[in-house]
Amino acid sequence: MEIKKLICINCPMGCPLTVEMEESKVIRVSGNTCKRGEDYARREVTAPARTVATTVKVVNGKAGRVSVKTREDIPKEKVLACVKALKDVQMEAPVCIGDLVAADIAGTGVDVVATGNVGEL
Amino acid sequence: MEKYDIVIIGGGPAGLAAAVSARESGIGSVLVLERDKELGGILNQCIHNGFGLHTFREELTGPEYAGRFIEKAEELGIACKLDTMVLEISPGKIVTAVNREDGLFELQAKAVILAMGCRERARGALNIPGFRPAGIYSAGTAQKLVNMEGFLPGREAVILGSGDIGLIMARRMTLEGATVKAVAELMPYSGGLKRNIVQCLEDFGIPLKLSHTVIDIKGKERLEGVTLAEVDGRGKPVPGTEEYYPCDTLLLSVGLIPENEISGKMGVELNPVTAGPKVNESFETNIKGVFACGNVLHVHDLVDFVSEEAAAAGKNAAAYVKRESAEDTAEKDVWDAAGREVPVKPGEGVKYTVPERINAAHMGEKLTLRFRVDGVYRDCYVSVWFDGERVIRRKRQAVAPGEMEGILLDRELLLRYPGLDAIRVAIEPG
Amino acid sequence: MYDVAIIGAGVSGAAIARELSRYRADICVIEKEEDVCCGTSKANSAIVHAGYDAATGSLKAKLNVRGNRMMGRLAEELDIPFRRNGSLVVCRDEADFPELQKLYERGMANGVEGLHILSREETLAMEPNVTADVYAALYAPTAGIVCPFELNIALAENAYVNGVEFRFDTEVTDITKLEGGYGLHTGQGMVRARYVVNAAGVYADEIHNMVCEKKLHIFPRRGDYCLLDKAAGNHVEKTVFALPGKLGKGILVTPTVHGNLLIGPTAIEVTDKEGVNTTGEGLGQIMEKAGLHVKDLPMRQVITSFAGLRAHEACGDFVIGEAEDAKGFIDCAGIESPGIASCPAIGEMVAEILKEKMGLEEKGDFISVRKGIRKPGMLGKEERAALIREDPAYGNIVCRCEMISEGEILDAVRRPLGARSLDGVKRRTRAGMGRCQSGFCLPRIMEILAGERHVSMSDITKSGGSSYLVNGTNKDTF
Repeated sequence: MEIKKLICINCPMGCPLTVEMEESKVIRVSGNTCKRGEDYARREVTAPARTVATTVKVVNGKAGRVSVKTREDIPKEKVLACVKALKDVQMEAPVCIGDLVAADIAGTGVDVVATGNVGEL
Repeated sequence: MEKYDIVIIGGGPAGLAAAVSARESGIGSVLVLERDKELGGILNQCIHNGFGLHTFREELTGPEYAGRFIEKAEELGIACKLDTMVLEISPGKIVTAVNREDGLFELQAKAVILAMGCRERARGALNIPGFRPAGIYSAGTAQKLVNMEGFLPGREAVILGSGDIGLIMARRMTLEGATVKAVAELMPYSGGLKRNIVQCLEDFGIPLKLSHTVIDIKGKERLEGVTLAEVDGRGKPVPGTEEYYPCDTLLLSVGLIPENEISGKMGVELNPVTAGPKVNESFETNIKGVFACGNVLHVHDLVDFVSEEAAAAGKNAAAYVKRESAEDTAEKDVWDAAGREVPVKPGEGVKYTVPERINAAHMGEKLTLRFRVDGVYRDCYVSVWFDGERVIRRKRQAVAPGEMEGILLDRELLLRYPGLDAIRVAIEPG
Repeated sequence: MYDVAIIGAGVSGAAIARELSRYRADICVIEKEEDVCCGTSKANSAIVHAGYDAATGSLKAKLNVRGNRMMGRLAEELDIPFRRNGSLVVCRDEADFPELQKLYERGMANGVEGLHILSREETLAMEPNVTADVYAALYAPTAGIVCPFELNIALAENAYVNGVEFRFDTEVTDITKLEGGYGLHTGQGMVRARYVVNAAGVYADEIHNMVCEKKLHIFPRRGDYCLLDKAAGNHVEKTVFALPGKLGKGILVTPTVHGNLLIGPTAIEVTDKEGVNTTGEGLGQIMEKAGLHVKDLPMRQVITSFAGLRAHEACGDFVIGEAEDAKGFIDCAGIESPGIASCPAIGEMVAEILKEKMGLEEKGDFISVRKGIRKPGMLGKEERAALIREDPAYGNIVCRCEMISEGEILDAVRRPLGARSLDGVKRRTRAGMGRCQSGFCLPRIMEILAGERHVSMSDITKSGGSSYLVNGTNKDTF
C-alpha cells in the first residue's frame, strides 16, 4: 500500500489529506473535513492537471508579447513541455482574446489560446 | 473648465466596474482617468488564471477578466483618458491632471470615485540590511518585466514573502526558465492561498521557509546572494540559523499599501490600519460625493470582491449625483435627514472593517461587511454585536489574515435597533 | 599632456574642476565609476554645516565657514536646491552643558555668525518635536541643507561646459613621475598631466601613496542612514543634532531639501572601501539613538536605508596642498564631514594653489551660470501648461511617487555629462527616489535609457559595471 500526503486547496482550512493507494487506485482518503477535500485528493493523486499560462512573442504589435493559456487543464507532468513548446511561437498582430496560438500543445490534445489583445502597430 | 458628473481616478478593475455601474445607473457623463497606456490596471500583468470564479462563474486570466470590463465600458461609450496622471483634487472636486495631449487641465466633477489601487512595499520599509546592488525587485515589478516586456530579472532567485504575488512569481520565474531557490516567509504561516502554495511551489519543488527572513544582502554591483535566518516569535533573527543562498535575484512580496497620496491631500480621512479612506455604507468618504473602492480602499485578495465593491460605489455615486442635481430638492432633503451613522468597530481577532460607519436608512437591503482577521483561527465563530447583544454568529472552519472575510448585514435587522450606538465584529472561539 | 588631471569626480573633484575652468588650461577629470557623485558624495547627511565643530585654526574650520558663506551664491549660479534651515545641537543633561558652551565658543572663534544658546523653552518653541527633556541647545542659523547629488552634478556640468574633459570608468592603478609631470596608468591607457589633483575620496591615500614617501592613511567610517517618506518631512524644520561624541556628530534628524526626513549616520570603522552595506546593528543604532533627542519619530515611514563611507584621514583634518615630496601633486584628501559644506572653498583653495604654481590666466568667457533640469512640478499651473505645450514629454508622468515627467528624464540623459544608468537618472531627476523606490517606473526608465542610448534593455545597468538589471529573456534557457 502506498500513502500520499496532500494539502487540500479548496479553502483556507488547508486540511492535511492522507490518501491510501493500492496499485494506483485510491483506497481511502482521510484528514478531509468535507466532500470537496476527498474529490480533490482523488483527482490530484490519479490525474493531476493544471492550466498553464504564459506569454508568446508578437510581431508588428503595439506590445511585444501577448498572454496565452491552455484552453483546459493539461496533465501536470506536461506543464514544462508546454512552455518549452511555446518558446519560438510568434503571433502576428492584431491578436485578440481567444485567438488560437498553438493547437494540441505538447501532444496533450489541448489548444493554447491568446488571453490578451494586442493591436497592430 | 470641462464638467463631468462623475470622474473616476483609475482605470483598473475597480475604476472600470465603478464606471460601468455608474453608467448603468443612468449617469451619462462619466470620465475615467488612467495613468497607464491601457485600461485594466495591474490585471494586465497578472496573466495566470484563477480570476472571476465569483463574478463570471469561470476561471479567467487577469487580462481576460479586465477585457470583459473594458469591452463593457466601450459598449457603454464611457469616456476615458489614458496616460493621464491626476496631480490633485480639490475638496470642491476640481480634478487637476496632466497628459501629453491635453497638457495640464482641470475638470469639475460632481462626484469623484477614488480607484487608484495600491503599490508594493519596498525593501526600505523592511529595513533589510546589506548592500544595494541591482537584482532586488518587488514581485510586481518583476512580474511586469517578465510578463509585459519578456525579460527575466535574473537566473537564480530567492523570494521574500509568501503572499499570492510572491507565490505566483515563483511559478512564473520557473516557467520562464529561472530557478527559484526558496521562498522565505517572516510569519509562521503563509499569507497566500493554499492553492497557490501547492500549484506554485510544491509542483516545482520550491521550498517554503516559514518564520524566515533575509538578514543580509551580498553583492556590490549585481546581487550575489542573500542570507536567510529563522526568526523567533517576535520576528527577531535567531543566531546560528543563518543560511547563505547564492542568487542573482531577490524578489520582495512583502505587502501592499493603498495609494492615497491624492486622497490625503484633498482631506480624505484615512484609516491607519488599512491605509485607505474611512468610508460609510455607500463607500463615501468623509468628503461628501467622494467615494472609494478597490485596493485604494483596502487591499483585497480576490478581484471579484473589488468588482462587487466598485459596482456598489459606482451605483451610490450615481444616486448622489442624481440627488444633488435634481431641481426639486425633496429627495435630497429626505436623504440628508434620514437615519444616522453608526460606527462599526473591529472586535477581538478583527483588524479592521469596511465600511466603518453604517446608516441603515442609506443602505441597500443587504450589505457585506468586509474585514480581515489578525491571526489564524480554527473552528471559530464570526459574531456581530449590536452594543451588548450578539445578533449574528456564523461558524467558520478556518479564517486567516491572508483571506478577506465578509459577513452579510440585513437592513431589516439594523432598522430594528434604532438606538444603536456601535456595531462590533469579533472572532469568537468555538 | 593635460595641464591638470583631477582624480575623482566627487563633490571635491567637481568643485576643483569648476574653479579651475575659470582659467586657461587643459583639464581632465578621471573617475573610476560610470558617473559623477558615486562615492562619499552620494551618501552623506547633505548638511551645509555652520562650522562650530572643527578645531579652531584647522582647515576643516576655515573651509567650512568659508564654504558655508559661498554656498548661497553657488546654489544660485548652479540652480540647485539649498536652504538655510538652521541647526540645533541638543543638550539633554545639565552636566553636559559645558560641552555645549565649548561648541558655542569654538563656533565664535571659527567665525560662525549668529550662534546663540537657547533655553529649554526657547528650543521647544523653535522645534516642538525636540525631546521634552532638552536642557539647552546651540542654534546656528547659518546651517543649511542641500541636495548633494545636484550640487556635485551641477559643479561637474558647469566645469564640462567650460571645457573640462571627463573620463568615466577609468580607474587610476599606478602613477609614474614623468619629465614635467605625471603619468597616470589606467585601464583605458596612460593619462599624462603636468599637475595632478588627488580628490579620490576614500582612495585618496592609495593615490597619494603611489607617488609619495610620506604616507597617508584613510580610515573609512561607515554611516548608515534611514530616509523617511515625505509624509514625515515636516517632523523637524531644523537639522537637529545630539551633542557630539568621539566618533562623529552623533545621530542627526533633518529634513532634506526635497522634503523627506533623514536620520543618521552611525559611525562604524570598516576596512572595505566599497563596504557601503548597512548592517542590522547599524540600523538598530539609528532607531535607538535618534529617538533620544527627537521624539515620536515615525519610523514606520522609512522608505529606504543606505550607507556611505567618510574618508577619515589619520591626522583628523582635511589634507589639502602640494605633497611634500611630489612637486605638482596636489592632495585633496581626508575630505569627510564637513566636506559638502566646504566644497566651494576647497575648489577655490586648490584652484588658487594651482593658479600660483602654474601662472594661470583667467578666461574671458567663463560661464558661471548653469541651468538645472526644468521641474514642471515646481512651476505654477500656467507655466506648467505652457511647458507641456512646448514639449509634451513634460506632460507624461513616469515616476508616480515624485511626479517626474518623461521630459525631465530625457533632459537628464541628453544634457552635458548626462545620465547613463538608472541611478544616474535617479540622482539627476529623483525618479525612483520616492516611496515605491522605482517599483513602478523602473521598466519605463530602462526603456527610455535604451531608446536614447540605442542599446538593448539588457545593456541598461543600475549604476554601471556589472549592475545589469535584467538577465536574459523568457524561456531562453529552454
